[in-house]
Amino acid sequence: MAKFLIPLGLFVVLGVFLAIGLNRDPRYVPSPLIGKPAPEFSLPSLQDSSYPVSTKELLGQSWVLNVWGTWCGGCRQEHDTLIAIARQRTVPIIGLNWKDDNAAAQQWLRQLGNPYAVVAEDRDGRVAIDWGVYGAPETFLIGPDGTVLYKHIAPMTMEVWNAEFLPRIESARSAAGSRS
Amino acid sequence: MIRHLFPLTLLAVLLAVGGQALAIDTEVAFDDPTLQHRYESINRELRCLVCQNQTIADSNATLAQDLRREVRDMIAAGKTDAEIREFMIERYGDFVLYRPRMTAQNFLLWAAPALLLLAGCFVLYRVVRRRAQESEIEPDGPEAGQS
Repeated sequence: MAKFLIPLGLFVVLGVFLAIGLNRDPRYVPSPLIGKPAPEFSLPSLQDSSYPVSTKELLGQSWVLNVWGTWCGGCRQEHDTLIAIARQRTVPIIGLNWKDDNAAAQQWLRQLGNPYAVVAEDRDGRVAIDWGVYGAPETFLIGPDGTVLYKHIAPMTMEVWNAEFLPRIESARSAAGSRS
Repeated sequence: MIRHLFPLTLLAVLLAVGGQALAIDTEVAFDDPTLQHRYESINRELRCLVCQNQTIADSNATLAQDLRREVRDMIAAGKTDAEIREFMIERYGDFVLYRPRMTAQNFLLWAAPALLLLAGCFVLYRVVRRRAQESEIEPDGPEAGQS
C-alpha cells in the first residue's frame, strides 16, 4: 500500500506547487526596495519647473509615490481611484510623471482632475530606474522614516488601498507616535 | 546545378539582411572595441522587465533603451561589470539577471539536482539490496544457479 502512497503523495505535492506557480502573475516582480531607504530624488515640478520636488522634504510623514504617464492605459484606469484616495486626505500622493510630454501631462491633470500634492517630472526616466520601476502604473508607500513600506504594481483599486496601504500607514503612524 | 543557384542566392541574401533586422541596438555605443564588447555582453545578460523573456539587448522597449543608456554611462564612468550588475539588482532584484546567482533563498533550487540524485542513489541502493536478499532466499528464479 505504501508503495503506491509515496509516489501518489509526491505527485500531489508536485501538482500543488505547479498549480501555485501557474496561478502567479509572472509580470509581478517583487521589489528589492521594500524595507530599504527610498531612493532620493530632486526633480522639477511638472507645473512649475523652477520649483523642485525633493524627497527630503517629505521625511517625517508617510507618503505615496504614484508613477504614471499619459501614454499609460492603466493610469487612466486608476485615476478616479487616486482622486477618491486624495479626497480622504490620509497621506499626500506624490506623482512621478514618467517619460512623458509636459504639455500632455498638464492637460491630463486639467481634464481628469489632479489627485497629486505635487508631480515630479522624470523626463529621462532616471529616477524611475532608481526606484526599480518597470511598468506604470506603480504605487509605492513610503514611511515617515523614509523607508519603502509597500509597492503595488498595476492600477490602484480601493480594495488594494484599504487592504494594503491603510493598515501600513496606520501602523507606521502609531509606531512614530510611540517613539516621540 | 544552375537551377539550385537562385534559391541558394535568395537564402543567402535573406540571411544576410535578416541578421541586420534582428539587431535592435544598431547604435555603436563605444569606439573602443573592448568597451563595446563589454557593453554588448552586459546587455545580453540583463532582463528587460517589460518584455520579460528578452534581454535589454534584444528589446526596443523604452525601459530597455533607458537601461542600455545606464549601462553605457556606467561603463563610460569606469564602473566594473560587477558594479553595473549590482546597480541593476539593487533596483530590480535578482530577476533582472539572465544567469541567476546562488543566494540563501534559492539555494535549495541550486542544490535540488544533487539532492535528487543522492535520493535516487539511496532508493536504488535499497531496491538492489532487497532484490539481492530476495534472490538469496529464493534461488529458483529464472537465472538462479546459472553462474
